[in-house]
Amino acid sequence: MGTFKHGIHPPEKKEISGDKKIRRFPFSPYLIILLSQHIGRPAKPIVKEGQEVVRGQKIAEADGFVSVPMHSPATGVIKKVGTSLDFDGKMTPSIVIEPYPGSEQSVQTGQDVNVDALKPEEIVKAVQEMGMVGLGGAAFPTHVKFSPPKDKPIRTLIINGAECEPYLTSDYRVMLEQAKRILRGTKIVLKALKAEEAIIGIEDNKKDAAQVLKDTIAIDDSAVNFIKVELLKTKYPQGAEKMLTKALVNKEIPSGGLPADIGVIVSNIATVSEIGELMPKGQGLIERVVTLSGKGIDNPGNYLVPLGTPLEFVLEQAGINDKARQIIFGGPMMGKSAAYLEVPITKGTSGIVVLSEDEVIPRNQKVYPCIRCGECVNVCPLYLNPSRLGILARNDEYDKMAEEFNLNDCFECGSCAYVCPSNIPLTQYFRIAKKVLREGRKRKESMVGTPEA
Amino acid sequence: MNSKFLQLDLRSSPHVKRPVTVEVIMRNVVYALIPVSVFAVYAFGISALAVILTTTVFSILTEYIMVKVDGREITINDYSAAITGILLGLTLPPGFPLWMAALGGIISIALGKYLFGGLGFNIYNPALVGRGFLQAAFPVSITTWHPAFNENRFSEFFSSNLAAPFLKPTVEAVSGATPLAALKFEQKATDAFSLMFGKTDGSLGETGGIIILLCGIYLAVRKMLDWRIPVSIFAVVIIFSTIFNMINPEKFPSALFMLFSGGLMLGAVFMATDMVTSPVTKRGTYIYGILIGLLIVIIRIWGGLPEGVMFAILFSNGLVPVINILTKSRVYGTKK
Repeated sequence: MGTFKHGIHPPEKKEISGDKKIRRFPFSPYLIILLSQHIGRPAKPIVKEGQEVVRGQKIAEADGFVSVPMHSPATGVIKKVGTSLDFDGKMTPSIVIEPYPGSEQSVQTGQDVNVDALKPEEIVKAVQEMGMVGLGGAAFPTHVKFSPPKDKPIRTLIINGAECEPYLTSDYRVMLEQAKRILRGTKIVLKALKAEEAIIGIEDNKKDAAQVLKDTIAIDDSAVNFIKVELLKTKYPQGAEKMLTKALVNKEIPSGGLPADIGVIVSNIATVSEIGELMPKGQGLIERVVTLSGKGIDNPGNYLVPLGTPLEFVLEQAGINDKARQIIFGGPMMGKSAAYLEVPITKGTSGIVVLSEDEVIPRNQKVYPCIRCGECVNVCPLYLNPSRLGILARNDEYDKMAEEFNLNDCFECGSCAYVCPSNIPLTQYFRIAKKVLREGRKRKESMVGTPEA
Repeated sequence: MNSKFLQLDLRSSPHVKRPVTVEVIMRNVVYALIPVSVFAVYAFGISALAVILTTTVFSILTEYIMVKVDGREITINDYSAAITGILLGLTLPPGFPLWMAALGGIISIALGKYLFGGLGFNIYNPALVGRGFLQAAFPVSITTWHPAFNENRFSEFFSSNLAAPFLKPTVEAVSGATPLAALKFEQKATDAFSLMFGKTDGSLGETGGIIILLCGIYLAVRKMLDWRIPVSIFAVVIIFSTIFNMINPEKFPSALFMLFSGGLMLGAVFMATDMVTSPVTKRGTYIYGILIGLLIVIIRIWGGLPEGVMFAILFSNGLVPVINILTKSRVYGTKK
């Protein structure tokens, strides 16, 4: 069974929502469509206030290559084209839609597309048109990822079904319930990438999902020879790109490089499933499967939530209870904790975990000095020395961290902080150090002046 | 939901954490040292109790005062000073003058730990720094042995325990010597069974080998002790002593004798494994363990002293920073 060295075993907590089938979520009284819910330039609105829109209609278009359009998740009226608070508390361009009462759940827009007739470049263009971004959480525009440099041919498409974050089960349900879509999507993506094979990597705590996919592939003669399903050891962060390539093709992504450098593209399984579903219908991405979990809510489960649904409405529907203490967008290892309830569900929201009093880290936990136990060194999946990096961070030696101790390879998986018996917030230190270095570099560039200026 | 005020926590990821903290680890080490200390008291009586209590109390007191004077947050509740105190007590002979033991406790914390910056910053095992000081300062007292299982051990102190400070303790009837000294200087071997079950003379924590081993296994199973260190020490000692024993069984002791004599068990299980003063990499811990094992064998067989555990560990402690650098892993995605 494939895996990587080091890593951790946090309690999985998948049993809370794992057996709950994907169910549709009702429309909230208003939807906030952030125009910048992906990495890159915000989408440009193409609707006006007061205008009526139908479910699935494009309401904003991509602004350049690294950008994707937005579609209306509901039939209703545009209330506002302006700005709303985003997750980090900044005002960001948005469109607010008020769905009509009794708004249909079916999608009327979109024209069937004969995907088989599309050329690879046309598929990539169609992926952009549907507003697709990485649904695993990074929200990187998928068509950009599918356009690797010409001199780096792609051999293998790795499809990430590891779902190594505790609590989250949305990908698990997608695999169990949408195997045919995944198969269709995989074929489309393989064609777009001109890749030879696809490997679907799934942690072995989801053997049933792997079996469903295997069975679906086995009865398809056109797929059985180049799409395979591989079990991975259940270990965090198995679903990280760097860990998946090591586990499935036994190659390391070069430091500072991309998976394309070793002939690989990694895509999340939910992304592939949506491509398989939406592209033949010519439709855009307007909703996604979101896991609602944690002891702070009474109705955990996996829901198909319209994009733009405000957190407050989600929590009401999920039955938030008195024990709720912390709300996390995403999983508890890498997710962000929410500061206010107006923030909407976006394309990158794979789950909302509401932790209760007994699940959260105690407040004001005492931080001890590093006792050099070496736990962090022995769990870091990149073989960094978090202990040393932490000491350097305390002394503000950020340059040394980056130059001598490979700070910028760290993808903030949180394993080191998870195990640290001294409660040192290592991951947070590294996040700050990276940001300071990034901004310092920007400042230096602006002082020297850009080459064009 | 709107009716009630929701008080939310805000943190940066990760939002979950393993519940094992420094305090939990240290507390468990103290738990593991209790059976060892109880056996020492059982074997040597109230003298043992007095010595262990003295070193422990003075270690904790020293830490308390130093932290207080420094205006820092109180640290004695992390149990690390208690561990240093208990371990130091266990390395001393039962009849050790209490005022010297107190001095040892003070030196361990002040010189061995606090001078470097407190918990986490010291290079050498604080208990062994204290013991090293005592050995240099009071070479006679620290090698004056009293018999175990003395009949009056629960009612009377050894008179040397109560020696007044800075006066030469009166040396009373001294039982022969420790098994290692007996072997080295009198070519007299002790049988392994007596060693394992503490039927011999020696320092407080030297004699109950089996109990120390069991307590170490408890900690290793709970992942609060790196088993690689004692296992590599044992492996090296077993291999070399077996080879020498086969060459000349008259002159060189058996592996079992080597393992269970002197401070080897206590040192390998409880002192070499001190997290602060041992390497952080897995490969490094093997190298460190092997180094300690080799030094013990060399000092015991060729050195002028009967015992070598303390020096072997202190010397290896000093090399830990170098070991950490030499065993640094290649970072993922780089070519070394």
